[in-house]
Amino acid sequence: MAILDLRLRAGYLFLAVVVGHLVLISAQVNGRTGVPLLETATFGVFSEVQRGASSVLNGVAGAWNGYVALRGVRAENESLRRQLADAQLQIQQQRALVDRTRSLESLLQLQSGVDLQTTAAQIIGSAASPDFRTVTIDKGSADGITTDMAVLAPNGVVGRVVVAGRRTSRVQLLVDRNAAAGAIVERSRAQGVVVGAGEDRLHLEYVSDVSDVAVGDILVTSGIDGIYPKGFIIGTVDAVEKNGVAYRTISIRPAINFSSLEDVLIVRTPTPAQQLEPEKPE
Amino acid sequence: MKVVWVILATAAAVALQTTLDRWIPLGTVDLVLIVVVYFALTSGRVTGMLTGTFAGLVQDALSGAVIGMAGLSKTVVGFAAGVVGTQFIVAHSFSRFVVFMLASLVDQLIFRGLYEGLGLRHFGWSYAQLAGHALGNAVLGVLLFKLTELLPGAVERRRHARGLRR
Repeated sequence: MAILDLRLRAGYLFLAVVVGHLVLISAQVNGRTGVPLLETATFGVFSEVQRGASSVLNGVAGAWNGYVALRGVRAENESLRRQLADAQLQIQQQRALVDRTRSLESLLQLQSGVDLQTTAAQIIGSAASPDFRTVTIDKGSADGITTDMAVLAPNGVVGRVVVAGRRTSRVQLLVDRNAAAGAIVERSRAQGVVVGAGEDRLHLEYVSDVSDVAVGDILVTSGIDGIYPKGFIIGTVDAVEKNGVAYRTISIRPAINFSSLEDVLIVRTPTPAQQLEPEKPE
Repeated sequence: MKVVWVILATAAAVALQTTLDRWIPLGTVDLVLIVVVYFALTSGRVTGMLTGTFAGLVQDALSGAVIGMAGLSKTVVGFAAGVVGTQFIVAHSFSRFVVFMLASLVDQLIFRGLYEGLGLRHFGWSYAQLAGHALGNAVLGVLLFKLTELLPGAVERRRHARGLRR
């Protein structure tokens, strides 16, 4: 009965009461993480128990798997090797599909992000002569395509429609020697005209001598040509060379890699200049 | 019977603490602590501890504090005062005064320390305030002892005087 005599166990009782108070306080007070201290302390204690139990069980399981359950591993290994070979083959196929999908996705994102009416088209051919930088797309007048419609890609400006057939159209790329577009330097707002150089290069012309153009500047469409909507990326200034007193050759690296182009968007929304033009009699 | 006394004394102390302050400036005097130390010195550590627990929890509940803060501090104070009361002779007023002083300081240290440590409240540790608090509690505690010691004798003397007159 002595154990029931609290007076003889005053120390234990005191300890119990103090712990009770601490528990009571911990249940009400939040820690730094906003979780009650009681919960934090309980979790801390039991997580260590869990950790210990887990390490013991892992050790047992490791011993079992490492020594006892190794029967049949060789056959399983062979089977897995075959599966791996098949999987690697499938990965090659899927990778090609993913690239294609990514291209289409970026195109769709551009389509939804641009406040223009556009038609997506696929490039089905290129120019017969290397002197002409044109491509053929699979959309024509039956799809609402007309000449002088701007053609864009997710990375920037591609060119314009020069021939609109019923089901196909020809697009003059911006790098074609006969192509040109009104351009503006994004940083300094210097204006000029970008013309194709035949190769995968562009030149910026008709730029004022006092204009601020530097290597690395980004060029965007100015919209003054009446074909290309304003603000789309053309390319980056690659080199600025001085030829004579008042003449500069400004080389532009196009934003588009024309040789790997597959899908494009044709802008069907008329530019302000096109809207002002009188309708041609049929 | 002792439990009833503890409950009544605690209730009285809490009632006085919460009502008297409007008329008599009690300052930082803690009547509940005085009751706890009184019972601890007169009845031992277990009674002191349980009185401290009960009184502290009541004080917490009525002051809107975190329940258990005053409970813990007064539990510790009640237990410690009870140990002192059983281990040392504290019949003299000065020794009681010292016990009340120390009990007040320990109570404040635990109570404020818990609040400060948990980042729940900042009190601003003023030594003058702590000393005034301890001094006030000690004076009132010693007076309480004197009162309880004198009261039964006074009643007895009064009865005796009435008997002589008859």
